[in-house]
Amino acid sequence: MNPNKKRLRRTMMFLNAQKPGLVKDPYIYNPDSIMLDLEDAVAENQKDVARFSLFHALKEIDYRGCERVVRINGLDTAYWKEDIRCAVAGGCDAIRIPKTESPEEVRAVEAEIAIAEKDFNIPVGRTLIMAAIESARGVMKALDVCESSERLFGIALSGGDYTKDLQTRITGTGVELMGARQNMIIAARAAKVQCFDTVFTDLDNMEGFRKEVETIHLMGFDGKSIVNPRQIPVVHDIFTPTQKDIIFAEKVVKEIEEKREKGIGVFTVDGKMIDIAFYDGAKRTIELAKASGVYKGEL
Amino acid sequence: MEITKPALAGTLESSDCQVTVEPGDGKIDFALESAVINQYGNQIRKVVMETLNNLGINNVKIAIVDKGALDCTIKARVEGAVSRATDHFENNLWGGTGK
Repeated sequence: MNPNKKRLRRTMMFLNAQKPGLVKDPYIYNPDSIMLDLEDAVAENQKDVARFSLFHALKEIDYRGCERVVRINGLDTAYWKEDIRCAVAGGCDAIRIPKTESPEEVRAVEAEIAIAEKDFNIPVGRTLIMAAIESARGVMKALDVCESSERLFGIALSGGDYTKDLQTRITGTGVELMGARQNMIIAARAAKVQCFDTVFTDLDNMEGFRKEVETIHLMGFDGKSIVNPRQIPVVHDIFTPTQKDIIFAEKVVKEIEEKREKGIGVFTVDGKMIDIAFYDGAKRTIELAKASGVYKGEL
Repeated sequence: MEITKPALAGTLESSDCQVTVEPGDGKIDFALESAVINQYGNQIRKVVMETLNNLGINNVKIAIVDKGALDCTIKARVEGAVSRATDHFENNLWGGTGK
């Protein structure tokens, strides 16, 4: 398995791939991933030249550990195959497929990536895939999409197009996205891939943004798409385990390992009943703390 | 590749550059406008010439209006303008020479 498949992805910042002022230094805001967009952000009359900007940015700019995802144009356009060739040749880390509705679409992209990796001497399997779900059909097919390719690391909800398809709109309450979010996170967890929430476009409503991030964090999402750098610290704050969580998780892991040797299955930690079912969750908290750079322990 | 018609790529936004190409008189005519021409003029010229050479272009009038572009942006805008001037967009040898 590609070791980057499970990497930390709390924030994915969207950037227009052909705006030099945006792509030159987004790493200063410390997003976990950047999403260089060839699709909706690029005007139709600039599609022909946007790839040149993307290619040279990927080749020459040191993004200092930020994952570099490229959103290609839809599979219903004339652009997507050359988009993949350009992105793979530039050495991107992953391709984001827009408007995904079927596993066949993921496999079509996978096949083009494999050809491009061979053509440009990129190690086979290096380039990962994520699929954006933007329609009612896509939500209903989420599990099939999640299980479609070994390269696929996750799925992401695209709320704007999805709510149009549902014949509603973004209300700020989240009620219109409830079903899609629930369905997608369940599908992603069933397939053991990651799941990312949609952008929050009301940039001045930071209180509403924080509430939304808290909600999707509790729902189990791995991260959120970001359209403005000031949203990043809020997401990282909510998605990074607190010291209290880390200390408790450490105790749980140590106690379970110790008690298992003594044949004890159920016991208490800080007054809470603990058994083996808590082990994976506690390990995940430690792993997340390590990936977030806040773990100082020995586990 | 032969430049057969005028074409332009890029913008006048900060960190970008606007590149105009048109058919030449048998050589490369280079013109540059930049607020940092004294500091970076030679470097910009070098990047443009290397990019044209990689594209196999030696007969062109090329004018650059620089707004503080990085080398990667200059390369991208030169390639974009040449692509438009030659109608060559697909099956690029990304990173290869002699496109």
